[in-house]
Amino acid sequence: MPQTQNGLMERRIAEILIQELKLENVTPDTFDVTTDLVKELGIDSMDLTTVVLVLQGEYKVKFDEDNYPSLTTVRAIAEQIRQLQGTVS
Amino acid sequence: MITVRSLLDDAWHHRYQKICNLNIRSSIYDVTNTCNLRCKGCFFFSSNEHLTGEANDVATWETFIDAEKARGANLPILIGGEPTLHPDRVEAFFKRLPTFCATNGLIKVPRDRFPQMMVGISLWGDAGTEKSLRGKDAFAVSSKNYAGDPNTYYLYTITSQQLGRVETMVRRIRDIGVKVHFQLLSNDEGADGFSWSPAQLADVRDELDDLLDRYPDTVISSRYYHEVLTTGSMLGRRFGWQECPSVSETHDTRNPQPRRLIRFRRWSADLKTTHRCCTSATRDCATCKDGAAHMSWVMVNKRAHIRTARDLQNWIEVYEMFAKLYRFIPW
Ligand code: SF4
Ligand code: SF4
Repeated sequence: MPQTQNGLMERRIAEILIQELKLENVTPDTFDVTTDLVKELGIDSMDLTTVVLVLQGEYKVKFDEDNYPSLTTVRAIAEQIRQLQGTVS
Repeated sequence: MITVRSLLDDAWHHRYQKICNLNIRSSIYDVTNTCNLRCKGCFFFSSNEHLTGEANDVATWETFIDAEKARGANLPILIGGEPTLHPDRVEAFFKRLPTFCATNGLIKVPRDRFPQMMVGISLWGDAGTEKSLRGKDAFAVSSKNYAGDPNTYYLYTITSQQLGRVETMVRRIRDIGVKVHFQLLSNDEGADGFSWSPAQLADVRDELDDLLDRYPDTVISSRYYHEVLTTGSMLGRRFGWQECPSVSETHDTRNPQPRRLIRFRRWSADLKTTHRCCTSATRDCATCKDGAAHMSWVMVNKRAHIRTARDLQNWIEVYEMFAKLYRFIPW
């Protein structure tokens, strides 16, 4: 089944997380995009800063640092990127 | 995908949930450059960090603390010198933030003025060791001042000369109804006979483990903390400058950056100078045994511990130890 645009973006964010944070035992396809990144994977603000830098470059958006605490899942990150790109209806 | 939930049963997960949302941003403040003791091996005096001068006006402190709050600090740890020599400065912190005050215990913090303020009393051993290193049996005084105080613990700095004899003081602390936490002397001034050999470190680890098992209501500690502190290693990594989490952000030029305490600074009493780290800048990181730095080292490396159930449980136990010592969760 072809992936939706949203699904593709979530998959790419998962891929960036895995690459940048050297996450083991997970692939972009097995990454649960609703998993709480902080509570369940132990991702902290230093990790998030690293990932956000890559995402900003890739999606040409600028995250507000005050919003970092809301970046709790891959899905939430994708949602925020779409909002910043103005593609959310 | 390995997640916290996949590694923990319900009981451990419940414990994890109690601590996983604590968003702690500690910084350390030298409240004063003077002390009513002069202990051999005190890093503060041996490193000349007491020569910066100090801000005297309480209003200056208040303005400074408000700026620290705005910077994001939410757990001030007051050290010195001896903070209780300046209760007005301590109060300026206490009125604004949940505050931890380290003291030698010779002066009693008035509880009507500082209800529930967290107090950690330094202890260096039994009466003989305290007299030889500190010139005074400080415990004889502090135990009277703080007996039964529910918001106080002893920070017992174990020296190699206390090997096999730590229990004496643990029992005395239990008998006055206070808690105890351990760290190891780093012997900054090279006091004769107070350095650690590898064999002694292995022995003290066994001794601390045994005390934790036998005095669970008095000793606030964890086996993993003992392991990391005595071996200086964690998950195959060596503690030292490149790994230390307790470096002031203003001095942290390390590249790559290790995991560290976010926004951590240690401020001098002049409120302008920051010191390199939570202890002295003259200390050799390779032999540093600072307990708080080792505890923080574990805490900031949470993700590395989401590996096996045992690793994550070790991390939880260390975080719980911290949360108890700073009264974020009950003893
Ligand atoms: S009581 Fe603390 S600050 Fe004072 S000399 Fe001893 S170690 Fe240093
Ligand atoms: S002396 Fe200890 S606390 Fe200070 S930077 Fe070195 S390792 Fe860290």
